[in-house]
Formats: sequence, structure tokens, C-alpha cells
Amino acid sequence: MYALTYHQPATLPDALKSVEGDAKFLAGGQSLIQAMKLRMTSSSSLVDISKLSELKGISVTDSAVTVGAMTRHAEVALSVQIQQAIPALAKLAHGIGDPMVRNMGTLGGSLAYADPAACYPSALLALAGTVQTNERTISADNFFVNLYETCLKPGELIQSVSFQRPLQAAYIKFKHPASRLAMVGVFVARYKDGVRVGVTGCKTYAFRATQIEQLLGQKFSPDAIEGIELPWSDMLSDIHAGAQYRSALISILAARAVEQCLSS
Amino acid sequence: MTTQTIQLKVNGNTVVTQIDPRTLLVQLIRDHLKLTGTHVGCDTAQCGCCTVHLNGLAVKSCSILALQANGQEVTTIEGLTQGDGLHPVQNAFRECHGLQCGYCTPGMVMTTIQLLKHFPKPTDEQIREGLEGNICRCTGYENIVKSVKAAAGI
Repeated sequence: MYALTYHQPATLPDALKSVEGDAKFLAGGQSLIQAMKLRMTSSSSLVDISKLSELKGISVTDSAVTVGAMTRHAEVALSVQIQQAIPALAKLAHGIGDPMVRNMGTLGGSLAYADPAACYPSALLALAGTVQTNERTISADNFFVNLYETCLKPGELIQSVSFQRPLQAAYIKFKHPASRLAMVGVFVARYKDGVRVGVTGCKTYAFRATQIEQLLGQKFSPDAIEGIELPWSDMLSDIHAGAQYRSALISILAARAVEQCLSS
Repeated sequence: MTTQTIQLKVNGNTVVTQIDPRTLLVQLIRDHLKLTGTHVGCDTAQCGCCTVHLNGLAVKSCSILALQANGQEVTTIEGLTQGDGLHPVQNAFRECHGLQCGYCTPGMVMTTIQLLKHFPKPTDEQIREGLEGNICRCTGYENIVKSVKAAAGI
């Protein structure tokens, strides 16, 4: 890791003031610290936002669930409110990493880091999420722009994230056995006016599988998407899986997600 | 290099020292405090050999800056018993031969303590799921699962 100074501001205004130059916000650190250890990224200043009360809390309305950026994965997984309002979201959080990673990792951190295999990005897309920062409200479709890159500006801080409550939803993840990240992860959410499908693990950033959305919108059934293979020329090939294998998994996992929706 | 001050409780004892801000919690524990029961295995947050408790929650100390634990309480494997004797979970691992080389074992024990808080009488599935963050290369996990059940009294 390159040299750095560490700050732990007590208030949100202090935190926003602390950020200058290449400073980064530190939430749970489960992605960021590992990346810095490998020198994949660096920052001469880390601003630990874990003490900021403005970034905590879960609230539920008839139409949406809003979660503070510093909410740990374990908290989302165990939240009775979220289990009742959007059970698929609580289950997704429960499936992230392992119990230790879930005690530290946060929703805001996961979205800001934008690991191409992270689970939350697929949920943000499928649940028509909006990201509230200290400067603006960003819709899910505009949030992820490139590998490990979001549209967040330097010094812009995610404060909370809202997810629209669906009629039905499910998330199916094909886990890497050691890291437990998604080799492919598919989040299916059904709304009155259509279906949204968020896919992670396949491309440089999570995306919506619009072809699958349309087919499921016409007929919400696993056989509606049987055999569908998304074009895979821009999908990731690595030691874990080839691009074509990932593409084939998408419709299979989407079908399983639809099955789960229908049986619950 | 500019150091920063850290003050925290480790196994009930207050520790105050100056560290390079890059110091990981596992490095503070092992190199500065000489508590070498906590191990570094993969160093990439997968294997769980580095598991300790931070404010009573199991965390991977290779993935946390020591300064993130500033003002807080850390418990390592050494801190489970105040003096002689074994913690019941340690004893269960010993009785059930839940270890061979022992490298993953402190991490297994620390995670098991958290697991049993959530699930006092866990099923096999809950045990294996609860230990997903701890990898063992020696045992094939069978006796580890037995050890957890023995610790749970089932």
C-alpha cells in the first residue's frame, strides 16, 4: 500500500471538507483496502465515514425502501423491514461474501467501488434504484459507466440509496467458490408496468438484460427465455469462465429467478 | 513517514501506540502486539485465518486498517480465556480433532463463536454456511462441523 493519512471525521460537513486531491472515502473497506494492498488503487488520504450518523438507517414506504450508505450487508440481511418489503434484497445482502465481510462491507461502498462482480449493482438496476449523494440524485441506469467506474465525481459522497418495491423479485448468483463473488448474478424484478433484469459478473459493469426483460414482460415464465443467449463479444473471459459460458448462464439464472418469484 | 496515534482495547488491555497509517489490523496484532495466534493466510479476505472480533463481531483483520479499530475493542484467539484453560469452542475442536496443521483453526474458532451466538443449535447447513469465510486445506471440514456441534452441545 502506498503511504496515506487517515481521517475519521465526526460529522458530515467535516467529512466533505476533508476530501481534496486524490482523497477517497472509506466505508467498510472490504473492497478498497484489498485494492490498495495490491496497489490497484491508491489514495494519499482516506476519509473514514463510518462514524457519520447521516449515512445510517433504513426506512420503508409503500413504494420504496431507502437504505443509508453506511449500512452493513449484515444489517440489510437481518433487517425485518427489508425482509418484508423487498425479501430478495435482504437475501442478496445475506449472500455477499461471508459473515466477516458482511459485518464490515456496506451498500454505499459496494456501489461506489463498482466491482464488476458485486451483487448490489444488479439490484440497483433491477429495482430501479436511485443513489442520493451530497450533490444530486442519480438514477441506476446512469450510475455505472465503466470498469470500477461510476458517474460519481471526486469528493462526491453517496448518502443513501432507494429501491422501488416490486411485485416479485429474486436474485440468483453463481458464486466463485473462494471469493463468493458473482461469476454471474441475475436480479429479476417484476413491476406492474414491466420486468427489470440486472446482470452482474459478465461485463465490465452491471447492465440490464433488455432482451430478457421484454420477453419476461410478455410472459413471466421460465420457458419464455429458455435458450436465450445474449451476445457475448463484450463479456468477460477469465480463468473462472469464458464469455460464452457466462452468457449461457444468464438466461439459466434468470429462469431460476423467475421460478423463485413464482413459487414464493 | 508520518505516524498516527492509535488507541484501542485488545483482549481487555488498553493499547496506545504510534503506527504507520497503512498498518493493517492483523499487522498491529501480530507484529506490534506479538499476538501471533491470528494468522495471515491468503491476505485477500478469502481464507479467514485472520479472523478476530471487533466490538464482538467477527471480521477479517487482513482487510481492515488498524486505525479503523481506533477507540474500539478487539478480541483475538488469545483473548478468549483470561488465563489458563481453553474456551469451550477451543476444547470442542480439540476433542473432535477439528484441526490438523492448525493454521485455520484460530479463525475457525473465532467465527464459530459468532455463529453460535446467532444459531445456538445450528443445523449442518447453518454451520457450513456460517463457516463459508473460513477455508481449511487439511481436514475436509467433517471434523470441524463435528467440533461446532460439540461446542453447541448437540
